[in-house]
Amino acid sequence: MEELANLFHGFAVALQPYNIMLMIIGITLGVIIGVLPGLGGANGVAILLPLTFSMPPTSAIIMLSCIYWGALFGGAITSILFNIPGEPWSVATTFDGYPMAQQGRPGEALTAAFTSSFVGALFAVIMITLVAPLVAGFALRFGPAEKFAVYFLAFCSFVGLSKEPPFKTIAAMMMGFALAAVGLDSITGQLRLTFGVTELLNGFDFLIAVIGLFGIGEILLTMEEGLAFRGGTATINLRVVLQTWRELPAYWMTSLRSCLIGCWMGVTPAGATPASFMSYGIAKRLARRGNNFGKGEIEGVIAPETAAHAAGTSALLPMLSLGVPGSPTAAVLLGGLLIWGLQPGPMLFVEQKEFVWGLIASMYLGNLAGLLVVLTCVPIFAAILRVPFGIIAPLILVLCAIGAYSVHNSTFDVMLMLVFGVLGYLLKKCNYPLAPLVLAIVLGDKAEEAFRQSLLGSQGSLGVFFSNGLVSTIMALGLVALFWSAIQEGYSRLRTAMA
Amino acid sequence: MKPFILNVALAAIAMSCANGTASRAAWEPARPVEFIVPAGTGGGADQMARTIQGIVTKHNLMKQPLVVINKAGGAGGEGFLDVKTSSGNPHKIIITLSNLFTTPLATGIPFNWKDLTPVAMLALDEFVLWVNAEKPYSSVKDYVDAVKKAPSGSFKMGGTGSKQEDQIITVGIEKAIDTKFTYIPYKGGGEVAVQLVGNHVDSTVNNPIEAVAQWRGGKLRPLCVFDAQPMAYDEPIADGKAWKDIPTCKSQGLAMEYLMLRGIFMAPKATKDQVEYYVELFKKVRATPEWQEFMKSGAFNTTFLTGADYAKWVEAEEKRHQGLMKEAGFLSGN
Repeated sequence: MEELANLFHGFAVALQPYNIMLMIIGITLGVIIGVLPGLGGANGVAILLPLTFSMPPTSAIIMLSCIYWGALFGGAITSILFNIPGEPWSVATTFDGYPMAQQGRPGEALTAAFTSSFVGALFAVIMITLVAPLVAGFALRFGPAEKFAVYFLAFCSFVGLSKEPPFKTIAAMMMGFALAAVGLDSITGQLRLTFGVTELLNGFDFLIAVIGLFGIGEILLTMEEGLAFRGGTATINLRVVLQTWRELPAYWMTSLRSCLIGCWMGVTPAGATPASFMSYGIAKRLARRGNNFGKGEIEGVIAPETAAHAAGTSALLPMLSLGVPGSPTAAVLLGGLLIWGLQPGPMLFVEQKEFVWGLIASMYLGNLAGLLVVLTCVPIFAAILRVPFGIIAPLILVLCAIGAYSVHNSTFDVMLMLVFGVLGYLLKKCNYPLAPLVLAIVLGDKAEEAFRQSLLGSQGSLGVFFSNGLVSTIMALGLVALFWSAIQEGYSRLRTAMA
Repeated sequence: MKPFILNVALAAIAMSCANGTASRAAWEPARPVEFIVPAGTGGGADQMARTIQGIVTKHNLMKQPLVVINKAGGAGGEGFLDVKTSSGNPHKIIITLSNLFTTPLATGIPFNWKDLTPVAMLALDEFVLWVNAEKPYSSVKDYVDAVKKAPSGSFKMGGTGSKQEDQIITVGIEKAIDTKFTYIPYKGGGEVAVQLVGNHVDSTVNNPIEAVAQWRGGKLRPLCVFDAQPMAYDEPIADGKAWKDIPTCKSQGLAMEYLMLRGIFMAPKATKDQVEYYVELFKKVRATPEWQEFMKSGAFNTTFLTGADYAKWVEAEEKRHQGLMKEAGFLSGN
């Protein structure tokens, strides 16, 4: 009960007029940052961090976390409207969100995405409030082997259910792994596959690949189809929000499952990206209309958005209690904490109660404020699709170029984005799935790193992946997910044979 | 370089506007200054750069904004090459860590610190030998005995990056006590400390700021510091122990010393006036209470060097790294 008293004290701190003002400014700035792909929450927070040094720490972190919320909400907008995910965890949102927008249902998709984000984040905040001390220790059990197992599970739950021909899926994924391998090999400290080109030192950044593959590729495809603008029938009425809300409760099971996946992945330091892919994959398998996933199914928006935000929010828990940032944005926030003289770690909850609970209270309020701001803007966002393609396409192109440039402030990246755009167009024409490619670029090097760290520790023995209950369970789940269709088929054959 | 001439002209105009009487045209930035960090967001160098940025903004120490930009690719190689190719651009400075030496040596990228213009050493970062507080060893001797008793290579040392400072120290310890560790590289110092708390590695050589929270929380125990003398900070941190109470490794029979440079460089071909401007700027930064608080929180060694002394220090340190990395077999092409 002491927690609740602390929380209410936190609400009192967060509800001071000055802090409420900062909250609204933060949300608005965040949405703007989120809409620009490439700028992203981490950069936004980093740019604005110095502005907050003159504020009291609690106010500063309230504003920064609101920018973070705003950026998260904003990222979904471009994913759904233009097929350009601004953050790694928005990729899965494009799978069904973009088809929905093309079918003239952008309002519905946006409402579903925003509401799911809210639900996911709220669930995670409640979890943080109630069980923070219990859960915090869980992250400590995650060494390299456990981390690899989580990535393995993310890959498997996504691959096992692909409807594309398996060889095309594997080919696309291998291409992603190859791209992820370029740059510095973090285990040996050697450069790999850079061929002496200094621009490649950094490897292929996920954002540049995605902006090209999805955004530019999509523009090329639309141009080929004759400049049609298919969003023209979009309803631009606030009523769409209420209509969608009436539909949403039917998907409570997907939401709950995604919340749980998200929280679990957020607290283990794996983060929001595997959470969103995993949740999408599992929803596709378990949903009644799972076969329609990828064609504009609302559940396909709910699942990844809920999980990503539950994960993103619960990732703040290991940051505060252990000092391990669960996301790039969390890393910048962590830097901020240190500058304000707050030492994240086991003692933060004891010594800086007011700060911690002020932050948690601001997570409740910031999330709610964010939802209200973005929902009232749904008609405006949806109306963007009414602009003729001939006008909007150059704008998207400019947006993509700015996004690609701002990742590393490099014009080489803009060229690279165009190359990826052509690649994305070709792959789509040949019916290669893009999702496994993107998944491999995002998680490939992390999975590789964890794998090799584990083997270094075990002196080369693969037994390390089955060396304790936790890691064995996750690996077994991964294998089940991978061979699910085979298992299912075998089971039904067995039944017919029995009968 | 045309932009350079333009800058000088602009600077001159800006100066005469600002002062009216341009007695002796001391140089000043005419446009925003890029502060390159050759490392990722949230790491030690990044924290320091952002602290400086905050101090400069808060105390109004510069007329132009200071913009922190992370260029972490290729273990910082991206950042160094960026500054190297900005010859004659006085609006670009870079904060360095040991990767100033280790990255070109390990990867063979075409870069040497002599390509840049040295400005000032801001501080030196300490390294401390940490173990999990649950472990029985409370002194360097207990620890060394335990390492030696275990089968060769079964003791796991966690550290940041590969063929960088943490692994160099690890190799140094191996040499000093004649044993072998299995070194496991991670992405960041905070992660390394948590892996030690979770007992996934047996010891680390984290910087003070990376592990202090876990020390205060009673999860980690410092054994010794890799410096010639104990750290200066005597405020108690945990169990009534202060940074000052941690003995030097050398005094405990572990002959390895290592400090990491936190220094500032400029692009090639900077003029004396320009260097002087930044030296003065950092002197002002160092005088602020925020900077002193930051030094204390990270238990930094606050040595400040400029000019020829600084260049001499860097040169000696480069030789040392070359030697250490050669012995360890870390040079590129090996």
